[in-house]
Order: sequence, then C-alpha cells, then structure tokens
Amino acid sequence: MSKTMPVELDKVVIRFAGDSGDGMQLTGSQFTYTSAMLGNDLATFPDFPAEIRAPQGTVEGVSGFQVQIGKIDIYTPGDLADILIAMNPAALRSNINWVRKGGNIILDTDYFQDRNIKKAGYKTNPMEDGSLDDYKIIEAPITSLTKTALKGIELDNKSIIRCKNMFALGMMYWLFDRSKDETIKFLESKFRKKPVLVEANKKALNAGYNYAITIRAIASNYKIPAAKIEKGIYRHISGNQASAWGLLAAAEKVGRKLFYGSYPITPASDILHELTKYKNLGVITLQAEDEIAAVCSAIGASYAGQLGVTASAGPGIALKGEAIGLAIMAEIPLIIIDVQRGGPSTGLPTKTEQADLNLVLYGRNSDSPCIVIAPSTPANCFEYIFQAARLSIEHMTPVIFLSDGYLANGSEPWKLPSMADLPEINAPQFKGSEQEFQPYLRDPKKMSRYWVVPGMAGLEHRLGGLEKEDITGNISYDPENHQKMIDIRADKVKAVANFIPEQQVIGATSGELLLVGWGSTYGSMLSAVKELEKEGVKIGLAHINYLNPLPKNLGTILGAYNKVLVCELNSGQLANYLRHLFPEYRYLQLNKVQGLPFKITEIKEKIKSILNN
Amino acid sequence: MSEHAIDAPQPKLTKKDFTSDQMVRWCPGCGDYAILSAIQNALPQIPEKKEDFVFISGIGCAARFPYYMSTYGFHTIHGRAPAVATGVKLANPKLNVWEITGDGDALAIGGNHFIHVLRRNIDINILLFNNEIYGLTKGQYSPTSRFGQVTKSTPMGGIERPFSAGELALAAGGTFFARTIDTNPKLMTQIFVESSQHQGTSLIEILQNCVIFNDNAHAAVTRKDHKDDFQLHLEHGKPMLFGKEKDKGLRLNGFKLEVVSIGENGDQENDILVHDANETDTIIHHMLIRMSPPDFPMALGIIRAVKAPTYDQLVEQQYQQSLEKASFQSVDELLRSGNTWEVK
Ligand SMILES: Cc1ncc(C[n+]2csc(CCOP(=O)(O)OP(=O)(O)O)c2C)c(N)n1
Ligand code: SF4
Ligand SMILES: [Mg+2]
Repeated sequence: MSKTMPVELDKVVIRFAGDSGDGMQLTGSQFTYTSAMLGNDLATFPDFPAEIRAPQGTVEGVSGFQVQIGKIDIYTPGDLADILIAMNPAALRSNINWVRKGGNIILDTDYFQDRNIKKAGYKTNPMEDGSLDDYKIIEAPITSLTKTALKGIELDNKSIIRCKNMFALGMMYWLFDRSKDETIKFLESKFRKKPVLVEANKKALNAGYNYAITIRAIASNYKIPAAKIEKGIYRHISGNQASAWGLLAAAEKVGRKLFYGSYPITPASDILHELTKYKNLGVITLQAEDEIAAVCSAIGASYAGQLGVTASAGPGIALKGEAIGLAIMAEIPLIIIDVQRGGPSTGLPTKTEQADLNLVLYGRNSDSPCIVIAPSTPANCFEYIFQAARLSIEHMTPVIFLSDGYLANGSEPWKLPSMADLPEINAPQFKGSEQEFQPYLRDPKKMSRYWVVPGMAGLEHRLGGLEKEDITGNISYDPENHQKMIDIRADKVKAVANFIPEQQVIGATSGELLLVGWGSTYGSMLSAVKELEKEGVKIGLAHINYLNPLPKNLGTILGAYNKVLVCELNSGQLANYLRHLFPEYRYLQLNKVQGLPFKITEIKEKIKSILNN
Repeated sequence: MSEHAIDAPQPKLTKKDFTSDQMVRWCPGCGDYAILSAIQNALPQIPEKKEDFVFISGIGCAARFPYYMSTYGFHTIHGRAPAVATGVKLANPKLNVWEITGDGDALAIGGNHFIHVLRRNIDINILLFNNEIYGLTKGQYSPTSRFGQVTKSTPMGGIERPFSAGELALAAGGTFFARTIDTNPKLMTQIFVESSQHQGTSLIEILQNCVIFNDNAHAAVTRKDHKDDFQLHLEHGKPMLFGKEKDKGLRLNGFKLEVVSIGENGDQENDILVHDANETDTIIHHMLIRMSPPDFPMALGIIRAVKAPTYDQLVEQQYQQSLEKASFQSVDELLRSGNTWEVK
C-alpha cells in the first residue's frame, strides 16, 4: 500500500474515453457512484456518438464520459478535464481538447501502433511527435496487463480484453483514493449468473489498482474529501429518470393513472424505457406508430381522465403541433416533454442544444398558447415535471416541458423528497348538479374547465377542435364568440403567473449586470457567477424555469440593472422573446450552437469583456 | 356484500336518449343521416350504460357525427381518431368506444393509424363512411375513388388505383370486418349491434352516398331494380346465395370465385360456398371483399370475425403480472429502492 499521504483537492474533473465497445459509460458511472457514496458532490455528462458502433478505432466511434467530483458545490461536469484516460489513439485525438494544459493523460500504449494511429487520423505518433508535451503522460499497457492478470481464467480472448475497462477503473480508484468495494458489489450482482465474469472483472480491477501503486503513476495520489451536503437519503439520478419519476409522483398525487404515449427518439427514449418498468404503479405506456399517434393517444387518455403524457425531441414536437392545438382547444390536461437536441431537421441527435424555445412558444397554428417550463439540473427535472403536471391538470391546458440532451443524460446526486412534502394537485371537479352542467363552465380563479370524463352519468357532452361557444360548448362560428374564446384561452395561460413562484435572483439584486438564462445552462452560469464573486465581481443571475407565462416580477428584475446579458445555447431565442415582451430594456447576448454546453470560462470572459467596456 | 352489488334497474334506453339537441348539418339527402339513425337505433340494444358510450371522430363530413349524438363525444383532428380512441380505451377499458371516420380520414391522412389500430386489435368499433370522395373539402378524389373517376382534382380522370378498406384491414391483421350500406337501415343496425359484441377492433365499412360530390357512387349495388342481383348478404354458416329468388350462389372454381345459377348446368345448392366468418385464414375473406359489380355481387354483412387477444386485455394482463412481481407499491418506496446512501 502507498505510504505517502494523498494530496487533498477541492475538486477534480475526470474524463473516460474509449471505443463505443470499450465500456467507458459503465466505467464512468461506477467511478461516479463510488464517489457519491464517499460523499462527494458531483455532476456527470456522457458524450456518445450518434452511431451505435462506428468502426472500431475511429474518431467517430469514440464514447466519452466526464465527471466532476468535489468537496465544494459542483454545478457542472467541468470545463476541462484534469485527467483523461484514453483507451486508444482515436479517444486521445477526439478528447485532447477537453484536457487542461498540464493535466494528466493515461494512455493504453498497447493501441498506439501504426494501424490504430492512422485509423484515428494521426499522421505521426502523438506519443513521439511532441504534440503531448503540454501534458503529463502516463503510459500504461492496459490491454496486455489485463491479459496477463487474467491468465488461467476460462474465458475467450475477446472477453478477457473486454475487462480492460475494469483495469483502467482500478487505476483511477488508486489515483483518487477510492475503495473498490462498491464496484465489486456491482460486479457480483451484475454477473450473478456468470461467476467467471465476476472473477475476471474483479481480477482486472485489482490488477489496475495495484499497477497504479507499483508504477507510482503520479507522485502521490489524490483525495477529494466529502462535500458538506445536506443530511438525507440520496441517490444518483439522470434528467430522464428524474422526469419519469416526477411523472409517477404527480400521477400518484392526483390519484390518476399515468398514460405515456411515445415514439422512440434520441434523447427522449430513455423516459419510455424507464416508465414501462412501472406497470405495477398503474403506468400504461404505448409505443405508438408515430409521433402524432403518440400525442393523440395521450390526448385520448387525458380526455378519459388519466394523466396523458407524450415526449419527443424537436423533430417529433414539430409533428405533434396540430394535436397540441386540439388539446388547447378542448382544454384538457396534456404534458409534452421536449428533450431538445441539435437541429434543424435530424441535426445532431446526441448533442445538446436549447433548440426549441421558439418552436414551443410559437410553433402552432393560430393563437395557441401553452404553458412552458424548463428544468435546469438533471435532478430538478423531477420537481419541474411535477409542477408541469400540477399546472396542466389544475389549469386544464397543455404544458410543454423543455428538457435537453445535457440534462437528460447528465446526472447528479439527488436528495430524495418524500411524497408527503410535495404539493397537492387538485383536479378541477364539477360539483354542481346535472342540470347545471355545461362543458365550458369555468373555475372562477383559474379559468379552467372542469375535468368531466366519459363514464360520468348525466354529464355527457361533446368536445372537439371546432370553435366552441363559451359556456355551452356548442359549435360556434360567431365572430364575437371566437374573439372571446381566443382571449379566454390566452388569459387562462397568463393567469398561471398567479400560481407559480416569483423569479429568484442569485448574487447582486441590482447593479451593473444581470445574467439571464433558462434550462440546462444553469450549472455553468451559476458557476461563473460564483467564481466571479470570489474574484470580487458582483453580478446577478436570473435563471428562468417558468418560460410561459414568465414570473410576474421578471420585468422589475430586468430593470434593476444597467445591462442584461442573455446566455443561450441557440442563436438568441430567449433574448428575442424578452425583447418582444420587455422592449424597454436592451439585451446583450452570449450564444453558442455547437452541440455543447457552455464552458464556465466562456461565460466569465464574456462578462468581463462587458464589465470592462 | 358490496354496496354496488345490486345495480338499480336501468330504465330502457330508446333512440331518443341518443339524439342530441344540435341541428344536423349534413346536406339534404346525404347518406350520413341514415347511418346516424341506425346507430341511434342500435345503441339501446347494446347492454351498456349511456354514459359509457364514447364517439371519437377525425375530420370530414362523416366526422361531425359525435355532435349529433347525446353520448360523450370528441371530434378530433384529421386522420388521428384511431390514436385518440386508443388512448381513451386504454385509459378506461370499461368504455364502449366508437370511432367515426371517412375514406379520406381513415385511408389517406390517417392510413398509418388505421393499420396499426387493427394490428393491435384494441377493442373499439370503427365506422368507416366510404363515399369514395372528399366531401367536406368539396369533391376531391379519395383513396377509394375509382380509377379514371373525374373529380375536382382529377379533371382528366384519376390515375391512382383505389384502396380496398377491407383488404387493407385483413393485411393489417384485422379480426373483424363487416360491410353494409346506407340504403339498408335494418342491416346497418343489426351489424352495429353485432360488431359491438366482437372483442377487438371491429371495422365496419358503410357504403355511403354523397349526393353532392359523388352521387350514385354505389348505384351499381343499390339500384332498386337490380339490387338483389348485386348484393350478397353473408351470414355465418349459411350458403352464399343471392338474387331475388335466392337462385344464384358463389362457388369456388380452382383459386377463384364464380357466380353460378342454381339448377342450371346441374349446379346444386350444395356446391355453393358456406360462409365461415370465423375462419382464421384470410384467403376466402379476401376474395369476398374484392368482389364488385358487374361480374359479382357486393358482399355485405359480417365477412370476418375471428378471435384474438385484444390489446387492452393484454395490457391488463401485464398489469396483473406486474403486481405479482412488484417489490415496491408506491412512489416513496420506489425512490428509496436500489442504490441509495445516507448523508448524516
Ligand atoms: C391536417 C388537415 N389537412 C386537411 C384538412 C382538410 N380536410 C378536411 S376533411 C378532408 C377530407 C375528408 O374526406 P373523408 O374523410 O372522405 O370525409 P367525408 O367528408 O367524405 O365524409 C380534408 C382533406 C384538415 N381538416 N386537416
Ligand atoms: S358533401 Fe356529401 S358527404 Fe358531405 S354532407 Fe354533403 S352529401 Fe354528405
Ligand atoms: Mg369521404
């Protein structure tokens, strides 16, 4: 065992990269889970290719996983890695730009032969041509050492080589002073039925750990002490899982079944995979024949009194537009999850982008307002989708939930709420007599219709997409009535502002500069504000979760600063929305549309350049 | 035992109970009126509570139907009624769900949903009003319009071959197909009642006349003076006989159907095919569906009714299975299952 004392670090960013088949996602998530158990705060982000298995050894086939762990609050997976583990030249080539200068790179030297170097697109061997001079390189023949360690095990060569990711993980465990126990438990349960695989993977893990000690890969290993985290029971959760679970919670709260109609699409499919496991909680999932059928089946379920939900990414949301309009017209609950990805068209399926704010605000025929909510961290997808369900049911109108690839696949520790602490959801029930009932009677405060569904005796009525007369719900082509109904539908959504929290501001509540963002950029924007605060620069951050209607106090907040900077992973969709609603203010913009999240440094630099002007 | 053990006796429902107070706005003489009336006659014969009937429609003249019923109804969007109806049925399997659609609604814009609802065999009834034209948009050809037919959008005659709703349904794995005609109220009512008893997707094609844009489209079948010669009323277990004197019949000749006259050329009644709606093999059903004048009569009645598990039953089955295996009963328990840790 190592005798030197580990060096303490506040936080560290680690990146695992290899071929799609190398098991890097699993390696990364094991490291993450172990760190979470040690009490670190953390955030992760997987970065995988759109192709399932692009040719081995090519840059296109590289799959990566980044995690930041720390003893201080961690809001993002980190800008640049302190340490990269690259299982082949392609992994090195496609990830080198994500390593900070001076950082460590562990290379599986077994793969740095001519053939693989060429396949990765290198002209010369990066280990020899000086291109890695800015980094500390740790050369480790991971594959051959794994083979040696597993000598004598009754496994074919391919299966043995597959254990190399555990060897790499073992090295990382020593480097960062983590115990192997959790991963060993995991292996024992995962390969329960194949003891030989348990043994092989354990051996590789131990061999990697011991190898790191022997070669003294780095002068001493590191320790990242536990973060000061609120007491409670925690689990690790991704945005998609949190979205699915939030829906389960909402359905249980309101006492209705959850109906989820969906058509597979990256990065939304995992919600379908997740929800279909919970049939015993009354969840019905329908893998529909297309996006339109998916949303329509959800509309049917809502019409019949269940919580109807559909999900997709931009291309599918575009297809659902007409049906969303029907739900607006019929005034029934409906949740539409948009896990945004790079667009237009098929775009960048596995990459993140705040692509669809305009689409969901404006992308339907006529004046057809929807409530729009965006979560801002993987874990708070739970809370915000719960709110989406509450608003959709209580206000009887569709809600669009704008997640994105970064939130969906990113993950973080989550303090478990208890159902008792979640707010009530009250479905608007008609309490009057049969004679009094009219389909378009409304709750006076919320302006919602009542959720009267087939099967309720004496209240039979007809709904539909044709314009309806106020109160009676009869078809009406009357000009005045149409005006009135258009206004009612708009006012109903506007009135939701009375039922959502006010906008919070982090940092300075007035002064020179306000940062405004929405959705998944929260982590980087918050980190930028906090880091600048330490440097003595005080600015405000208003990160918006309720996008339509906006919180009532947002206008006042915007007015309290000399300058407003809107940061978005698109070309300025929120900025233009604010310009339209609050034309009295000027908006500066920071935009990036590269399929990647903001780096904290990018935001800080922009802020500094504004403040220095 | 349970307080609901004895249901209060339901007053017998009548046609009037299913008639809404809305003015019916189809063109005078439109075949849709007769279909509406036939349904209103059929529902009292179906042992369900009034509040459990739901009519879901797409868009088109036909699709206005739910507004004229006094049941629950939902007039949705063009072509998508099967998907909405699927959601309704899954959300509440106790409901008796009827989908109303036109030939354009079901077979053009909604073609995908049409085949998939049949494939899933979800327990709903589909009434397809086939007037071989787009009525509501004023007379363009539809996927069932005839080759060569002159319409607003085919002034030189149509150059697309028509679909057969029934054949499409069979190819999609449909378990029930019936055909009826707007000029025969008795047959319609009878078929609606019988189809509601089928477990699975019941597709009923109704040959419907659009007096305005495609008048007499079905005249070859309906014309009073020769209708007996061109309508074959199929009954399960009965020989396929037709004609005023029931003196014509269908016989299999090799792989083809042929019309024979009883008594002529020594043709005997026992050569005549006996209708088996429950036959799982689709070949004869396909042949029957394909027949049309002038060489053949049009097959009416229940052509196919086979048993298969319905989607809604299977959903319920999996739900029951999931209850047996479940390691958690509530969201609180789910959240705390698996890999969690405590920060003290
Ligand atoms: C998305 C959309 N596209 C087009 C239309 C226009 N449209 C309304 S009804 C119809 C055709 C209806 O034909 P069919 O289903 O045969 O019904 P019919 O009117 O003949 O009863 C069309 C094209 C529409 N309402 N919605
Ligand atoms: S246009 Fe044709 S189908 Fe439509 S209501 Fe008139 S007659 Fe009936
Ligand atoms: Mg038609």
